[in-house]
Amino acid sequence: MERYLALSIGALFTAGFYCLLRRSTVRLALGIVLLGHATNLLLFTVNGLQRARPPLVPEGAEAPTPPFADPLPQAFILTAIVITFGLLALLLVLVHRTEQAVGTDDTQALRAELPDSER
Amino acid sequence: MTPPLLLTLPLLVCLGSAALAHLCPRRAWPRRGVALAAMLALTAVGLLLLVEVRRQGVLAVQLGEWAAPFGITLVADLLSALLVLIAGVMGLTVVLYSAATLAPELEAGAYYALVLVLVGGVCGGFLTGDLFNLFVWFEVMLGASFVLLALEAKQEQFEATLKYMTLSLVGSAVLLTAVGMLYGVAGTLNMADLATRLPGLERPGLVSTVAVLFLVAFSLKAGAFPLFFWLPASYHTPPVAVTTLFSALLTKVGVYALVRTFTLLFTQDVGLTHTVLLVMGGLTMVTGVLGAVAQYDVRRLLSFHIISQIGYLLAGLGLLTQEALAALIAFLVHYIFAKSALFLVSGATARASGTYDLQQMGNLYRSHPLLAALFFVPALSLAGVPPFSGFFAKLALIRAALRAEHWLIAGTAAGVGLLTLFSMMKIWREAFWKGHPQDPAAKQEAPSSVNVGWGVLGPCAALALVMGVLGLGARPLLELADAAAGQLLEPTGYIQAVLRRPP
Repeated sequence: MERYLALSIGALFTAGFYCLLRRSTVRLALGIVLLGHATNLLLFTVNGLQRARPPLVPEGAEAPTPPFADPLPQAFILTAIVITFGLLALLLVLVHRTEQAVGTDDTQALRAELPDSER
Repeated sequence: MTPPLLLTLPLLVCLGSAALAHLCPRRAWPRRGVALAAMLALTAVGLLLLVEVRRQGVLAVQLGEWAAPFGITLVADLLSALLVLIAGVMGLTVVLYSAATLAPELEAGAYYALVLVLVGGVCGGFLTGDLFNLFVWFEVMLGASFVLLALEAKQEQFEATLKYMTLSLVGSAVLLTAVGMLYGVAGTLNMADLATRLPGLERPGLVSTVAVLFLVAFSLKAGAFPLFFWLPASYHTPPVAVTTLFSALLTKVGVYALVRTFTLLFTQDVGLTHTVLLVMGGLTMVTGVLGAVAQYDVRRLLSFHIISQIGYLLAGLGLLTQEALAALIAFLVHYIFAKSALFLVSGATARASGTYDLQQMGNLYRSHPLLAALFFVPALSLAGVPPFSGFFAKLALIRAALRAEHWLIAGTAAGVGLLTLFSMMKIWREAFWKGHPQDPAAKQEAPSSVNVGWGVLGPCAALALVMGVLGLGARPLLELADAAAGQLLEPTGYIQAVLRRPP
């Protein structure tokens, strides 16, 4: 299972960076989305895929009985998803406003609109 | 005050007053008042924190009483406490300067709330004892900075924010990857716990890989050599108050994170990681200063100097001796003040002359002599001319490099200092000394009509004074820096404070 997940992480990273290198600002935002997914999946995979008990302490015991699943990676991923989501909303608004101001989503055009001294 | 209160107050003050500022009526003065009060409080708390840490050693607190390494840990050693104090002072300066320079509709909007969130994120980064929380504080800080950068909604700001945001988000993805992999390798993210576990791991190669991932992520945030492109592309577009805040605090959190992780955690393979840091430091110095030489926009020129000075800090970290780390800390303090002063003055010169383009300026020495003096002090200090603070910091760093027999880095540091002086003299010559380009007759005339008020000059003057004080009274700062460097190199105090509950 790890092998397939590793392959899909690789594919996601590749696709994400490919989108970042395109000229369109919308694709830029898509690239950030893919990068976020890739990172979250990596977090999930690196910390071990296992069929294990939920990390609950049984009655009368001090610690959960192994093997139990580590809840922290999921907590990390959840936090990361929330952060990525918030920043992505901001990025999309920025892309939209830029497109409104320039009239196209081409990054080259964005540069061409600037006065000479800024280029 | 008790340690738990002292450590949580910086965050509570900033984030609480950010919410309060946003709830205030949409006018400039109430929001300004909240921000001013918050920054004064933060400065006071920072000072108290520094005094307490100097007296009692490293302070740590576990939020919610969950014992480390499971709970949320806040730690303050001398370096963190000093940086929290500086964040307060710089926040105060920037709020005062904003009140004098910004458009009222900007002040009445979300501006102050965002500044407070940013400073809160920065303080959180300095105080956290956990790598994942460090990531979260980075995002808090970056989120606020993205909005601040685009707040005026000009097209050049959109372009700048797009570049800055994309590169920052890629950096965050790398950071999160590194954090996740480190958790996979070591099973903990509490920094004190990591420091005890990492040396015993059987796969040192994997730790080095993670170390390099952290190096990439943090040097992107710090604006170091091959990863600095976002900085000169974005820092010249927002209002000067915002640029000053960014230059004073944002890249410094990256530097702080590098210092923390590469003294506390990743010291197993010094031959690899710290050599890379040293080389990056040297190249950052050189590329930054050479980039600056070619610029004629004051703000771009100063942005390139940010990069160049970051190089000195990285070099200090790469040397990893007590002397070098002490020099790094002294340099960090000096440079935050010097660079902020220069940005504030650049805003004042732009008000006086109506442009940021050096070729369009001129004759300011005659029309605004006080402004010229206020430029002169931080410019000489940045270049490292005695008796200002920069001289002692740079001297300490070069001496540390010589003691460690890294001749090349010492030579580079000295050479880059000369080029910095050259570049400062270029601003002096173009903006203050030469006649006005449009009107050669103005040379003989009396002061020009544009008046720069004390609201603008006051913060510049205060920072120039700080530089004089830090220069003439350099000893206390150097002693403090030495003690802080001692704590960094001998982390047992830090580890004990976090892992065992204070008596």
